Amino acid sequence: MIAHLRPALTLVLMLTAVTGIAYPLAVTGVAQAVFPGAANGSLVTDGKGTVVGSALIGQAFSGERYFHPRPSATTGADPADPSKTVYAPYNAAASTGSNLGPTSTRLVERVRADAERLTAETGARLLPADAVTASGSGLDPHISPAHALLQASRVARARGLPVDRVEALVAAHTEGRTFGILGEPRVNVLLLNRALDALPSG
Amino acid sequence: MTLAGWLQIACLFLLVLLAVKPLGGYMARLFSGERTLLASLLGPLERGFYAAAGVDARKEQGWLAYALAMLTFNAAGFAFLYALLRLQDVLPGNPQGFAGVAPDLAFNTAASFVTNTNWQSYGGETTMSHLSQMAGLTVQNFLSAATGMALAVALIRALARGGVKTLGNFWVDATRATLYVLLPLAFLVALAYVATGVPQTLAGAVEATTVEGARQTIALGPVASQEAIKQLGTNGGGFFNANSAHPFENPTPLSNLITLWCILVLPAALTDTFGRMVGDRRQGAALLAAMALLLAAAIGATYWAEASGNPLLTALGLDPAAGNMEGKEVRFGVAASALFAAVTTAVSCGAVNAMHASLTPIGGLVPMFLMQLGEILPGGVGSGLYGMLVMAILSVFVAGLMVGRTPEYLGKKIGAKEMKLLVLAILVLPLAILGFSAVAAMLPSALASLANAGPHGLSEILYAYTSGAANNGSAFAGLSANTLWYNTTIGLAMLMGRFAYVVPVMAIAGSLAAKTRVPVSAGTLPTHTPLFVALLSGVILVLGGLQFFPALALGPLVEHFLMLAGKLF
Repeated sequence: MIAHLRPALTLVLMLTAVTGIAYPLAVTGVAQAVFPGAANGSLVTDGKGTVVGSALIGQAFSGERYFHPRPSATTGADPADPSKTVYAPYNAAASTGSNLGPTSTRLVERVRADAERLTAETGARLLPADAVTASGSGLDPHISPAHALLQASRVARARGLPVDRVEALVAAHTEGRTFGILGEPRVNVLLLNRALDALPSG
Repeated sequence: MTLAGWLQIACLFLLVLLAVKPLGGYMARLFSGERTLLASLLGPLERGFYAAAGVDARKEQGWLAYALAMLTFNAAGFAFLYALLRLQDVLPGNPQGFAGVAPDLAFNTAASFVTNTNWQSYGGETTMSHLSQMAGLTVQNFLSAATGMALAVALIRALARGGVKTLGNFWVDATRATLYVLLPLAFLVALAYVATGVPQTLAGAVEATTVEGARQTIALGPVASQEAIKQLGTNGGGFFNANSAHPFENPTPLSNLITLWCILVLPAALTDTFGRMVGDRRQGAALLAAMALLLAAAIGATYWAEASGNPLLTALGLDPAAGNMEGKEVRFGVAASALFAAVTTAVSCGAVNAMHASLTPIGGLVPMFLMQLGEILPGGVGSGLYGMLVMAILSVFVAGLMVGRTPEYLGKKIGAKEMKLLVLAILVLPLAILGFSAVAAMLPSALASLANAGPHGLSEILYAYTSGAANNGSAFAGLSANTLWYNTTIGLAMLMGRFAYVVPVMAIAGSLAAKTRVPVSAGTLPTHTPLFVALLSGVILVLGGLQFFPALALGPLVEHFLMLAGKLF
């Protein structure tokens, strides 16, 4: 074992230099030069250059005038007592899912409360599953097209817009499956809401 | 289930199979000492390493020296990583100012990354400095995979050679695996990831003011470089807590396909490397066929379970068409999530793009069972192949018992010594999984970590030790595993699953290398035929089922029937 110490220590150090320092720095250099937008987090800025979010990270919209994202299970430090955590949806500094199992009372009660609220609000008999289930990351930037259309009349009413105008905007922001087979159709909530704000009012 | 979903699964199988031949051939040439494409570029670097380390690249080692070199290399990596994590608060590269990692968590994490498990008791973006992620975790992502590859190649040589004492040189095999296979592939994949939207920056976090005026802190970092080797090396440890469900680790359905391809490609290609090095590519194809067959069945079962959805939620007015969406991302849906859950556990990867804790009971049973089979379908980089070769030897032994002949594999007679060592190796998994689970299920302090009651709680414990001992790293993450008990015991389970398994396997390799290859006779069981593929698949399933069915019956199976009966916990 002693005879193996020199090669072991030397190779760990040298391979650390190559794979732990040179490799990530080389990838960073090329990525920053070739794909600066993506490499820095696909950030979205407003007209004044303020960062309003990332196109890949969901936000906790709650106003009537905006499309709402899926429920999120992320938490954050309690402002009153930093040793405790409180519910803080779309906390992009601490991703997590609910991790509730399929027979969990907490899961079923949470879904029941959200489903009753949404059914009362929209009158829909069948709710899109993503509207009342929490994503794995807690930061899902997307909702299903059905979930978006379910919200279209509420958004149109709050903004004084014709419903078909809002629905057309949803359709324009719906991405299909990649190459027709990969993933599922989806709507990016942040980009859709930004497009809503950009519409001339009335 | 949708046609697009099935086509997506078929598309992955096709893309992996297309890469098996070129990559398998490349690795066979590399580990046979032939000159490869990158030799002129990397050769000087490689020789410089050997000079500095005092390694004579032409000198081969016997099984014991090979195993000891591997253990020393991993011990050094463990010590280095442990120190780095403990001291990250005083080291540079810590823009978010994280504290040093606590001793039990640092032990668990070092054991986890050295054993290629990548179990994470912590959330990456809230715990690890950039230096820890790059120079600590990323490095072990390379080195643990290179270790696995070296061990597999040593076992292949034992089967390919006859009448010799040596299996190759560990230092050379591990260095070559890192420099010539993992590094160039990881570099290309990392850039492909950035193109799909994965960040790669040395900056810390960005403060955003959201559209509704709230503040949002967006964690960032050198994600793509770690992500690439995390998948290629079948490691699975995420930069972020949510792992490959996080939109920064896996932003699009295309990045998801790249991820799945990376997870499968090296373990699958190594079967071809094996076939070429033993001089009969059909032998590698037979192993790959058994792997693909069982993996396809597992994917089908998971997809069916997830697409069926959760009847308890359907009863509340949810459209069942989208399936069980709790813990899943809209961009992936159930097809890509179920596919990922099966692949990541059939391989010893452990990355997740959906939360396994929220899978349906059957959807969660399949990943658990795949890990308990020993992660050989096709398993981790290197570890999958040597695990599968152990199963192949067990299969010829079972067939030998049936017809009353001395079993042989690739012309090597399998004797009592090999079988004793083999049983020693395969007992490690049930011992670590069932032993630790049984104790944890009786300890009040361990039960306090559960997030779910009822059978799902038992599943959380069983999954944790299964994932640790099988060196997978995925979790039923409701379990609060960052406690002294779980950090220590899961850490031990990971070390057992890796090293207590592989040392007997290396002893088998030493014994087989010394034997001469006997010529094929009329009484030889051919090991490249569909009959052998069926026998091998059967042995794998029966062995795993006999060991773990009782535990699975108490966890996910009983939960399935209680879910159908409408029972909540």
